[in-house]
Parts: sequence; C-alpha cells; structure tokens
Amino acid sequence: MSEQDWSTASAASIAASVASGAVSARTVVAAALDRIGRVDPAVNAFTDVLADRALARADRLDAAHGRGGAPGPLAGVPFAAKNLFDIAGLPTRAGSRINRERAPSEGDATLIGRLEAAGAILVGGLNMGEYAYDFTGENCHDGNTRNPHAPGHMAGGSSGGSGGAVAAGLVPLALGSDTNGSIRVPAAFCGCFGLKPTYGRLSRAGSFPFVGSLDHLGPMSRSTRDLALAYDAMQGPDPADPVATDRAVEPTGPGLDAGVGDLRIAVAGGYFASGGDAEAFAAVAAVADALSATRTVEIPQAARARAAAYLITAAEGAALHRDRLRERAGDFDPAVRDRLIAGMMLPAPFVERAQRFRRWYRAAVLDLFREVDVILAPCTPCRAPRAGQTAFVLDGVTLPVRANIGLFTQPISFIGLPVVAVPVWLDTGLPLGVQVIAAPWREDLALRVAHHLERAGVVRAPVANFA
Amino acid sequence: MTEAPEIPAFDPEAYASAASGMLALPIDPAWMPAIVANLRVLHAAADLVGAFPLPDEAEAAPVFEA
Repeated sequence: MSEQDWSTASAASIAASVASGAVSARTVVAAALDRIGRVDPAVNAFTDVLADRALARADRLDAAHGRGGAPGPLAGVPFAAKNLFDIAGLPTRAGSRINRERAPSEGDATLIGRLEAAGAILVGGLNMGEYAYDFTGENCHDGNTRNPHAPGHMAGGSSGGSGGAVAAGLVPLALGSDTNGSIRVPAAFCGCFGLKPTYGRLSRAGSFPFVGSLDHLGPMSRSTRDLALAYDAMQGPDPADPVATDRAVEPTGPGLDAGVGDLRIAVAGGYFASGGDAEAFAAVAAVADALSATRTVEIPQAARARAAAYLITAAEGAALHRDRLRERAGDFDPAVRDRLIAGMMLPAPFVERAQRFRRWYRAAVLDLFREVDVILAPCTPCRAPRAGQTAFVLDGVTLPVRANIGLFTQPISFIGLPVVAVPVWLDTGLPLGVQVIAAPWREDLALRVAHHLERAGVVRAPVANFA
Repeated sequence: MTEAPEIPAFDPEAYASAASGMLALPIDPAWMPAIVANLRVLHAAADLVGAFPLPDEAEAAPVFEA
C-alpha cells in the first residue's frame, strides 16, 4: 500500500495492519503528518501539529510491539483533538486569544490518555469556534476552518477543525465537544460521522468547559466502526469529572453488526419536520426509507426545549467568562462577546425556569422511549452556508445563521440523549446530516443503526478530493 | 384582588446600560446594537419557556443525569 493510501485509511484497517506487522506505526503517522503538511493549508483544521511527540510515540509503540507487546485496538491510529482538550505542553486555547496566554498544560485530557492507552497517536490540536459558542467553524483569531468538500462554505462548529480534519482525510479520528450541536453540526456540514454520547458517559476532565450542565465530548470519524472503536476505548468512570457516570464500560463494537430488525424506529415529526430546507427533510426520509421506518412521533415542546437550552447556555456561558468579559472584552471574538454579555444580564428566574422545564421535558421524552428505540431527525436545517454568511431563509423567514444552525440539535442535547450524526449525500451537492437518537445510555442502538445504514450504502463519509 | 400595576415595555438598551453598572461590566457603545439584538432573542426565549405551566413541585434536578 502506498504512503498516500495509509494517510487516508480507516482507523480499523490501520490498527489491524499495525497489529499484523504489515505496517509500522511510524509509517502511518509519518504519512498522516505528510498529508497534514500538504493539505491542511487549504482547510485550516489544525492549530498545532505535534510531529515530534507523535513520531516518538509511534517509535515506542513499534518497539513495544516488536518485543511482543499487545498493540491495542487503535494501534498506530493518528488522531487529533479540538483545542479545548488539554494537551501536555500547550496552553488550552479553546479557540480564544485570551486562553493562549495560559500556562502550558501539564498533562493530557482524560480522553486523549484513553485513546493513547489503546494505541492511538495524537498528532495535533484542532481549530474551533471561540470558547465553543459557535455553529459556523469560523474563528477570528486562527482563521476559519474551510469545508473540505467546498472551501467557500462553512465547516460547521464549534468542532469545525475536527470535522474538517476528518473529511479532508488528515486523520481517521478526531475528538470534539458538543454542548448544543457542536459535533453534530460539523459532521453534517463536512459529511462525516459524529457521536455525541449520553450526558455524563465520557469524561470531560482536562477539557475547557463552556456550559457545564450541557457539555459533552465525543469522537468523529469516516466510518461507524471507527466511531465505535474510539468510543469503546474512551468509556469508563473518572472521578476527575463530577458528572462522569460510574457505569461500567459497555462495549458497542461486538454488537455493531446486529442489524436493526428488532428495533422500533420512528421519525420525529412536528417541530423537526418544518423550519428547514426541503433537502434536510429529504435526507431524513432517505434514512427512514432505508430502515423501513414509517412511524412518526412528536417530541413534545421541542421549541421550548430549544429556547430553554438557549437560555441556560447564555447564562452559564456568561457566568464562566464573567471576569474575562470585565477585564478583556476587547480580546474576544465580537460575535461571541456580545452574546455572552447579553447572557450575563439574564434575570435568574428565567434561567431557573429553563432548568425546571428541563426536568419536565426529560420525563416527557423518556416516556416516548417506551414506544420507540430510535428517533430520526435532521442535524441542521440546511446544507453548509457560505463562509461569512450571516443570514439565511428558512421556511420563508430570514433568520441569523449563527443562532439558528442548531435549532434541531439543541432540543436533543438539552436532555443529554445519545446521538450518532450520519452523513447523507442526496445529489452532487454538499452533504446533510441526520441525527440517529436513542434513549439515555443506549449509544449501542444509535451506533447499530448508523452501521446498518453505512453497510446499506445510504450514508457515507468520503475523503474530500485535493489535487 | 388589587389591580396589578402596568408592566412597562422592555427597553433592551436601557436595560443593558443599567445592568452594566450592577455587573461592573464595561460596554463599548459600538457593541450595543448586537447586545440589544441578543437581549431581544433571549427575551423571546424566556417568554416561550415562561408561558409553559409547570407545577411548583417540578424542581430543577440538583444533579442533572440523563
């Protein structure tokens, strides 16, 4: 296999080839670094490339393997992490100008450590929207991440570098964060897979927060098998994250091929079937058709759920950044600063009401999962907007882009449901994403459905073409 | 029952100016139009959530678990 092929291979095939001795981890990592050097200037997904660290780790892995050591389920797999993950030796910038003045991190985030314990090799930090308050993938400090499939369009955010790096074939695996849709939106816009697990499932220790009561971390990839491999390697309790579950690891890889015959799958109607471009709903219909899902369910009060998530986000995010807003407001991205300042002014009863509503909504949606196992909904109301676009027309109404890209993702993460975002290519244009949503702690079902769709050829995540 | 006093119209710019003092938060006048626009969006969201009847017993979960 040529060097070019290794640079865009799947995590599963890399790990198998390293384990069998067909290729060394150094060869794979060197190929990834070479491709990053050639292609990333056109994408701007990376903010830090860790060539020395990655090659040294690859050499250690190869040496240990040569002595007979088990190489791990992700042996030699290059991966990168959104730059709100702590990476030893780097300040955790979280997309901001202010944070890059912090002291370098002394260690890696828990999830980076777990992927590396499974044999994966960190090759860099990834671009993101400032402080994760973003759906565009645009960043006024580090430059915008460009959509690998259409450089004049948004990559989506806030994990824009993660989506861009995976879709451009720079790494088979990336880590992102999702508070209101920040994994699912770039997965949809860039045409790759993303998993936002159940709230509390994966440790957030060693990551820069945004909205503590809504923050999730998760993987992005070009195949469902890779998504499951990474997810399984990252599960497990972590006392360093106060909301991390004590549940034992529940591996999803072994059941990935179980099919969907026993699952009750429905399409979300009402709120999730209007307020977007026809293509967004056509993507859901294509997925539903492939799953023979004819039932529709109504997620109750979804518009209010989105509004409540919006309020909690604004208030908690503002509270987190209070001192920085007082002392260094001019160093923020203006689009982020003005939203945070408004959020700081929210009366407490509005926010408390939103949290109380969350309790009601959670109970109502959990009732739905007595009747169905999986619910399908669009990821975004449209395909990736043009870079810099500030307004779009949805259902005949002109709306600001930044505030409305997440209107279908927010009501789902609001109560921490696990979701796999799957990429649908309806035509020769840009992709659209569909949310495959399961009940809390049933990531296995969402991954099974996504894997079935991938095997059926209904969803796919091709590497973008670069000359 | 006594008649409730009239509720004044929401004036986001005046509100932001007043709140900046309580919050000790400096605001450049150039930022005000965007702050006002964001306050209007938040106000609408709060109205939507607030209009939904909740029983007094519907407490926010002290520790949110999915």
